[in-house]
Amino acid sequence: MNQHPIRILLADDDEDDVFFFKDAFLEIKIKTEVNSVKDGVALMEYLNSPNDPIPHVLFLDLNMPKKNGIDCLKEIKQNVRLKDIAIVIYSTSASDEDIEETFVQGANVYLKKPSNFNTLKKVLSQVISINWQYQTSGLNRDNFLLQL
Amino acid sequence: MKYYIKYDINVSCKKIIQDHMTRLQLKHLYLGLGLLEIEEVISDEKLTQLNSELSLYGIEIVENSKSQLVQKIKEIIIDMVYKEEKLPVSKISAYLADKLNHSYGYISNLFSELTFTSIENFIILQKIERAKQLITTNEFNFTEISFKLNYSSVAHFSTQFKNATGLTPSAFQRIIKKRQDNLLG
Repeated sequence: MNQHPIRILLADDDEDDVFFFKDAFLEIKIKTEVNSVKDGVALMEYLNSPNDPIPHVLFLDLNMPKKNGIDCLKEIKQNVRLKDIAIVIYSTSASDEDIEETFVQGANVYLKKPSNFNTLKKVLSQVISINWQYQTSGLNRDNFLLQL
Repeated sequence: MKYYIKYDINVSCKKIIQDHMTRLQLKHLYLGLGLLEIEEVISDEKLTQLNSELSLYGIEIVENSKSQLVQKIKEIIIDMVYKEEKLPVSKISAYLADKLNHSYGYISNLFSELTFTSIENFIILQKIERAKQLITTNEFNFTEISFKLNYSSVAHFSTQFKNATGLTPSAFQRIIKKRQDNLLG
């Protein structure tokens, strides 16, 4: 099907995680365009730069150098231009407090980093597919909460 | 004197479409990603006029019978979930086949091919969406919501909600409440 690619941005300082993340998307059948940034400051610069198109989905690691994921999340949600980006928290930890706190702050998906590649492909494909339904089927984004 | 200009093609496209649609008095919704929803039946004459106006900007409405069939499937499902108090769950396949005049196998394959999800998953997604709406109004308890959406029990509803969202209905309700409190300061 002829479709514009979904723009995806990953903010993560772990190079291996970034590598596997990008690799996983090559095997997912929804057309995507994946970019990445290495820390919270670089992320905010990317998002605030008028030359870079705003991503549809942002995968956000919580533990990043310079500025952590929670602070980025709060900043994004307070910015009128950025607040509609679908936000996926992409973290190694999955403590109940982190999960609830990020949801309350406006995250849409909490995704614990899977330990193997096949699971990674599966969950990423699931996230993108559900996000696609939100983009195309008139679902209410305010109620978009998903934990995987 | 030469100037550089910056532009956002998405914003431009959205604005052009909205202006033309408004001028032709068509109720519409621009969904982004090149998707435009016209919320009424549009006459061939108007569609031709719209297409010729938009073509000046290099914009074209793609009419594709497959996509339109998928759109109809979605509408029928959403209609079932939202308007009828009781859903004919067991008979959905026969109901769709009958309404659309195609075999269910054809409908179901086409749907999966174009939407990246199955009809079954789409129905669950819509039911959960409806449940979320009902939860956030705080008008109904979970038992009443299960009944409205034709679940056999509250346990069945909670399980499907948890499977679809990763959250229990009460966790969902708590988070949305906290979010609203947060927004109010």
